[in-house]
Amino acid sequence: MFQTTRRALLFAAALAVPAMVLVAPQPAAAEKVLRVIPHADLKNIDPIWTTAYITRNHGYMVYDTLFAMDKNLTPQPQMVDTYSISDDQLTWTFKLRDGLKWHDGAPVTAEDCVASLQRWGKRDGMGQALMNPDVTESLTAPDAKTIVLKLKQPYGLVLQSIGKISSNVPFMMPKRFAETDPFTQVTDMIGSGPFKFSKEEWVPGSKVVYVKNTDYVPRNEPPSFAAGGKVVKVDRVEWVYFPDQNTAMNALINGEVDYFEQPANDLAPILANSEGITVEVNDPVGNMGFARFNHLLPPFDNVKVRRAAMAAMKQDDYLLAAVGLPEYFSTCYSVFPCGTPLETSVESGIVENASIEQGKKLLADSGYDGTPVVIMQPTDIPALSAFSLVTAEKLRKIGMKVDMQAMDWSTLTSRRAKRDPVKDGGWNIFHTWWIGADVLDPMAIAYSGNPAKGWFGWPDDAELETARTAYPLAKDTAEQKALATKVQERLYKIGSHGNLGAFFVPVAYRNNVKGLIKSPVQFFWNIDVER
Amino acid sequence: MFSFIAKRVVATIPVMGVVALFVFLMLRLSPGDPASVIAGDYATAEDIERIRAQLGLSEPIIIQFGNWIWQLMRADLGISIFSNLPVTTLIAQRLEPTVMLSLTTLSFSILVAVPLGVLAAWKAGTWIDRAVMIFAVVGFSLPVFVLGYVLIYEFSLALRWLPVQGYKSPFEGIFPFLHHIILPTVTLSVIFIALFARITRASVLEVLEEDYIRTARAKGQTERKVLLGHALRNAAVPIVTVIGLGIALLIGGVVVTESVFNIPGLGRLVFDAILKRDYPIIQGLILMFSFVYILVNLMIDIFYTVIDPRIRY
Amino acid sequence: MSAITDRDLGPGGIRGYLAEFRRNVLRRHPTMAIGGGLLILMILSAILAPFLFTVDPIALSPIQRLRVPSGDHWFGTDMFGRDIYSRTIYGTRISLVVGLAAAVLSITIGLVIGMTAGYIRLLDAILMRIMDGLMAIPGILLAIALVSLSGASLITVTIAITIPEIPRVVRLVRAIVLSVREEPYVEAAVAAGTRLPLILIRHILPNTIPPLIVQATYVCASAMLTESILGFLGVGTPPEIPSWGNIMAEGRTYFQIAPWIIFFPGALLALTVLAVNVLGDGLRDTLDPRIAKKM
Repeated sequence: MFQTTRRALLFAAALAVPAMVLVAPQPAAAEKVLRVIPHADLKNIDPIWTTAYITRNHGYMVYDTLFAMDKNLTPQPQMVDTYSISDDQLTWTFKLRDGLKWHDGAPVTAEDCVASLQRWGKRDGMGQALMNPDVTESLTAPDAKTIVLKLKQPYGLVLQSIGKISSNVPFMMPKRFAETDPFTQVTDMIGSGPFKFSKEEWVPGSKVVYVKNTDYVPRNEPPSFAAGGKVVKVDRVEWVYFPDQNTAMNALINGEVDYFEQPANDLAPILANSEGITVEVNDPVGNMGFARFNHLLPPFDNVKVRRAAMAAMKQDDYLLAAVGLPEYFSTCYSVFPCGTPLETSVESGIVENASIEQGKKLLADSGYDGTPVVIMQPTDIPALSAFSLVTAEKLRKIGMKVDMQAMDWSTLTSRRAKRDPVKDGGWNIFHTWWIGADVLDPMAIAYSGNPAKGWFGWPDDAELETARTAYPLAKDTAEQKALATKVQERLYKIGSHGNLGAFFVPVAYRNNVKGLIKSPVQFFWNIDVER
Repeated sequence: MFSFIAKRVVATIPVMGVVALFVFLMLRLSPGDPASVIAGDYATAEDIERIRAQLGLSEPIIIQFGNWIWQLMRADLGISIFSNLPVTTLIAQRLEPTVMLSLTTLSFSILVAVPLGVLAAWKAGTWIDRAVMIFAVVGFSLPVFVLGYVLIYEFSLALRWLPVQGYKSPFEGIFPFLHHIILPTVTLSVIFIALFARITRASVLEVLEEDYIRTARAKGQTERKVLLGHALRNAAVPIVTVIGLGIALLIGGVVVTESVFNIPGLGRLVFDAILKRDYPIIQGLILMFSFVYILVNLMIDIFYTVIDPRIRY
Repeated sequence: MSAITDRDLGPGGIRGYLAEFRRNVLRRHPTMAIGGGLLILMILSAILAPFLFTVDPIALSPIQRLRVPSGDHWFGTDMFGRDIYSRTIYGTRISLVVGLAAAVLSITIGLVIGMTAGYIRLLDAILMRIMDGLMAIPGILLAIALVSLSGASLITVTIAITIPEIPRVVRLVRAIVLSVREEPYVEAAVAAGTRLPLILIRHILPNTIPPLIVQATYVCASAMLTESILGFLGVGTPPEIPSWGNIMAEGRTYFQIAPWIIFFPGALLALTVLAVNVLGDGLRDTLDPRIAKKM
């Protein structure tokens, strides 16, 4: 028709040629596919190198663990068949079960596992504690199926450490990968887990594909959290990441995907009212909201100011703003997640009776001099952005000056590591959450009282640290409980952090998806899709 | 003519150099660094420092820039910090959806806008002209994402005609491809239709006043021949120029559209990379986008000298 | 579009145009009057925001979250129970400030660079290569990168939106300078020994003003749209300061539950951009008579 148009089209056609060359070959259609919207994009694939929860979930697909936590929060053998402990509690002997194979066909050996544990021991907090030369004398593989751990002193958390459910999970890798520097990512995904990672089909930022590992031999027990038999019932699992919650919801409603791992709580009612969709809470422990003070800088270098702020942080306000629907949150005044063994109410009155008046009163007695509080607000994480807004309002209401600084999470993570004064890029408060499973006991780094080795915010309390270091050496659960109670008492007395309550993230899936495992971590074995 | 083309090609080199330097400095002089994101919640300061060293971020900035330029010379865009894959691989994976969306958008916009513009110029001053111009101004004023949401709501959820999201390759079947690409194309096209229609109308009107058109009309040529044969042909230069400039706008629009319709293209790749501080991807992609822009505009310049021998630089 | 506004307007100066503008604008360009009127209304509501029955736009009230528009909350409330009407009215300030500041800044900086490039041959090549480089980077990407890398604040957002607009202004100014400096009256001034700054200010500057005013309206419109896109992508002004962009960004997840969060600021944004665009078209017609009849 028009000359220009024709030329433009020709030109367009010329541009299209390289695109055709670059099209990836498409995989043959698989029989049974589970299409999942994961909670985040899988940015990196080495679960020892990063603590990102999405990478942990990926780890559970590809790798297996020696021990795994069951729904009573007790570690159970997973790759291990039998184990024994010497009478002096110093020598632990683990025997691997039969039939364990890497994805490349080679058998899993004890040497592989030793190397994997050692790499993990250089990155993970609990791993470092266990592999500390004061605790562990040696970790060896006397034969292909036997791992021997020799300790210098009895240590109560051996199985809790190597069977921990959340980041960093001690996943087993072949020795040649496990020998990679722990600060460098492994480049290939050879595990012994129930799924194989399809590297050619991985589109970072968009799509991850796993295929069933047909050689995997599951245990005979029924699944329970990460423990029990990992029976795979689909041929492929595809994770398709959606940056837009609204689009993700519509895709599930339209049947374009089967499973939506973390819909925003407010979308739950629409999803629940849509035909053929189930919405439920899959993680019974929930997440714990956390307002972290910087103990090094004024005004929060003053314990009275910290406690004044804590006394204003009424949990209901935070939860309502960040979560919205009451069925997805509950107040929890214990620092250890409510409903877990170490829950306690010692010293929790300051959180339970929080109000603006309380905060005002405590602030008046604190000698607060009007130093502005720098709040780092991560605008790309809605719940944390909401927490920041609520804190800003509360602090203003009790009479503090607030300097709200908006940034993205990645800037926040680098700024929170700075111990410098505010004028040199320091900060006073930021918000985050821990999944309950990460803060079950005093070993969690969130509760550290040692500023040299502790977590951002750097509280300094010798009494707290004594109780924490004694915890893994405790002889029985009663002693453990006593030490945990001491830890909470100190945390609240020194105003370590604001406890913002527990919230639960729903999952939504189409009704033809069956067999979800209730757990703090989403697993994809045992799930079937009826087509 | 060849010396002109050669000169224009050589002239793009310093421009690319400016882009490279600018992008590099922008990244390195900003706060936030990938090492602390990687290190995660449990990391100590030493861990972060080790990761920085590992990634080559502890070296002096000049050395880093030199290394990068040296890499580029070997056509190597580097390795993504997070996914550990070569940036070229990541771009190759994402190229198709973006190229396809750009092509459908450009073709659709041109196919709609040019006739509209000609029509408006032909019927200048009538209600048809006014309607086209009102559409053009409104189309230019609508935020892309609002339009996208409204279209999804209407055509996918209410009428259930089209899918909500996603991309299907035309090499797997032309129908599913079209089915998925219609909404994003229409969403992204509105602004271009507005832009192209305006410029077509203005250029055609201008040409219609030239003496030779009056001569042609006086000689009794049909209105159709005057419009298409003379007016549009001579109005081609400004139209093509605007299409060339529109490439930059298109790349911007793609970032938003891909995010609304969940299309795994380059726009989302670069946006995610910026948020995560994945330096090699940001550097590589911005450089590539600029390169495409420069290339398209270079081709348009050459195209001028072909269609209009009067133009010399 | 610079090709069209990019005209030599001769030595008539701006006064003549203003006179003609007064005579003709209302009668011959009713749309322009509508555009201008709307814009004045927006500016008034931005200035008078506290007196327009608004409440504190950042006051949280989680109990009243996601309420539909009603007598209490004319535009409804968002997920934190903040009043959308108040936020939208206050948000007018951000959009207008960003739009106007981007227009003024890019015109001023572009004018200085463009005149320098047009008059000092030595710098011309260097400056224009830098401008070409800047122009080659897609504006939105450049803005996203600048804001997310340097931290979101009203100032960084404005700067990030301004920078990509500069090259176009520079090109426009340079083209005008290049053509005007050949004019006899300028050459005469040079011959008479008038100093360079004086020539630039007295003879060249007036010629650049009418097309720059038109260009400024387009920059303003596109800056407001860019601000909303940045906000929408989550890299706009900090959420504590309501802007149309970040109100809509926050409403994104709630589009199907609480469409009013996106609808009201979206409609106001479209209307304002429309007003500025219409005003720009009208100004172009009056300031540039050569093509006035046609556009």
